[in-house]
Amino acid sequence: MSRGAALALSLALVACGRPAATRDVTIRLWAIGREGEVVRQLLPEFERTHPGIHVREQQIPFTAAHEKLLTAYVGNATPDVAQLGNSWIAEFASLHALEPLHPADSADYFPGIWETNRLGDTLYGIPWYVDTRVVFYRRDELPLLPTTWTPWHEAMRRVARPGRYALLAPVNEWATPVVLALEQGAPMLRDSDQYGNFEEPRFRRAFHFYISLFRDGLAPAVSNVAIANRYQSFGNDEYAMTVTGPWDVGEYTRRLPPAFADRWTTAPMPAPDGDPTPGASLAGGSSLVIFHRSAHQDAARALIEYLSAPAQQLKLYALSGDLPPRRSVWQDSIMRANPKTLAFRAQLDHVVALPKIPEIEQICITIANYAEATVRGALTEDAALAALDHDVDHILEKRRWMMRHGH
Amino acid sequence: MGIERAQQRAAYALLAPAALLITVFFALPILASLILSVTDFDIYALAAPGNARFVGVRNYADLLRTPLFWTAIGNTLYYVAVGGPLSVLVSLGAALLVNSKLTRFKPFFRAVYFTPVVTTLVAVAIIWKYLYGLHLPGLPAIDWLGDRHWAKLAIILMSVWKSFGYNMLIFVAGLQAVPQELYDAALVDGATAVQRFRHVTLPQLGPTFLFVSITTMIGYTQLFAEPYVMTQGGPLHATYSIVEYMYEQGFRWWQLGSAAAIAFVLFALILVGSLVQARFRPAETS
Repeated sequence: MSRGAALALSLALVACGRPAATRDVTIRLWAIGREGEVVRQLLPEFERTHPGIHVREQQIPFTAAHEKLLTAYVGNATPDVAQLGNSWIAEFASLHALEPLHPADSADYFPGIWETNRLGDTLYGIPWYVDTRVVFYRRDELPLLPTTWTPWHEAMRRVARPGRYALLAPVNEWATPVVLALEQGAPMLRDSDQYGNFEEPRFRRAFHFYISLFRDGLAPAVSNVAIANRYQSFGNDEYAMTVTGPWDVGEYTRRLPPAFADRWTTAPMPAPDGDPTPGASLAGGSSLVIFHRSAHQDAARALIEYLSAPAQQLKLYALSGDLPPRRSVWQDSIMRANPKTLAFRAQLDHVVALPKIPEIEQICITIANYAEATVRGALTEDAALAALDHDVDHILEKRRWMMRHGH
Repeated sequence: MGIERAQQRAAYALLAPAALLITVFFALPILASLILSVTDFDIYALAAPGNARFVGVRNYADLLRTPLFWTAIGNTLYYVAVGGPLSVLVSLGAALLVNSKLTRFKPFFRAVYFTPVVTTLVAVAIIWKYLYGLHLPGLPAIDWLGDRHWAKLAIILMSVWKSFGYNMLIFVAGLQAVPQELYDAALVDGATAVQRFRHVTLPQLGPTFLFVSITTMIGYTQLFAEPYVMTQGGPLHATYSIVEYMYEQGFRWWQLGSAAAIAFVLFALILVGSLVQARFRPAETS
């Protein structure tokens, strides 16, 4: 072999080696808050089972996540894969920032949660963990939580006494009034989500029920910043029930004496009288999405597939207490070990998505503002609902214009 | 004539780099935000710029109708009215102390008082949050950051502590520029220490005062990071500042048109404040 041929051969070998080298991709993953911490422990196995794919994970703080994702979109710096609150999906989809997904196994997921990721016929996210609201209550005071509103209200009257409220529902949090509206099946918006629909009888009934809890002295008119420590006040017998989410199972357990754990439990939402039980609740949680600008779509898809596999979801639950969105995962004995999470399992079959529009967060905050004004006596229920419709119509003005112009 | 024109050309050439920088990084952004403030640039416009509409003064009119805007304005005026004078007084006091003939280790104290200025605000805020949470035995328990009435004051206290060192240095410079002969003459005339301060030091510090009070006022008008880190504007928007409102409109709800309008309201506020102060500045001594 001549020298020239040897050189050519070695060059050819180098050239052959190159495709293997370019298969080595690094994908960027953004996860939010606590999940950003624990996902790190799930990644080594992914990198081991997917040679050539590296994941660079970045944790973004919960309070700044939305801003950071939007600025990343504007600055052309979106990651390949991100955890996205499912109420933000509509917003990012309207920016064409997300890549449509085509997964095989949708049947295993809770339908209400799956639905939050769909706009029209297009799927933009795979649920990663779920979030909904149930009732946390004192079992020693109420052996069984009533399953419909009127007996629930009566039970609240029974457990309330001077110095102890029946229900804690901070007036500046929108979740409780919104969940009650979902239970009534109230369509909060009308005409393809172009106008507020808050004077409609079903929302009115939910709003009335919510306001009456305060008017009848069953719930204190306090905002969440005025409550020094809601866990301690539960332990101090200052209230007997509250409506909250899965993260609080851990918090109420950790922050109260171990002996207190037997004195409270959870139950799915009571339904309006005459409706099938349990009532509906919020379909919240986070999804995994792929950004449209990602140059590594296949690797990103592999990562999402890996993270949403049952085995990883079980690990995520063990690490963080995040509830899995797949029904099969709930069969596992680990999921059944804590009776307080079982109410969530029952509730997850009855979760409803909020209207999927970019303005939804602003609308929910507006609902809380008017509910608070009514609780504090600044407005009558009728005036509050009329004003709410007016304000929400104003928020949706741009959306109507967009739809009229065929966007 | 020819020489004059050549000189003119040279002048323009020499001015050009600075003028270009000012145009690109100063004039154009201001013009762009002025244009932005008369559009409804929002999340939809982000997707396609064609979705932004010209809305005239609607953003401004909407602001005036929004209670939260007035809350933010009220809080900001409170910060300026309480924090501004407090900050200037503390700086002046510290400057007099570190400049006093009786003080030893002057450079040491100057450096120590200046340290908070160069410390990261977030780190400082975390420490202060912890301090405000402490309950010292024997003192009445105050929920500094959770109480609507105390929270603004808590923010101001921290902000004064964080920033007085900078103004202190400027006052020290001003004090050192006061001619010693004036003090000597006053002493000969039998002026007491208070009289010397009142009739020599203060008038001589006039221009320094003007500078310090205007920059401090601007600083408090633009107060953002302190409430953002410590209270997120709460409780019940008690510490919510106008810049925080602008930030939320712009980067939380992505209403850039409305945020730009707030920026111009802020600009007007600062302009009026500066003009008023310049007008009432102490008469300069000859």
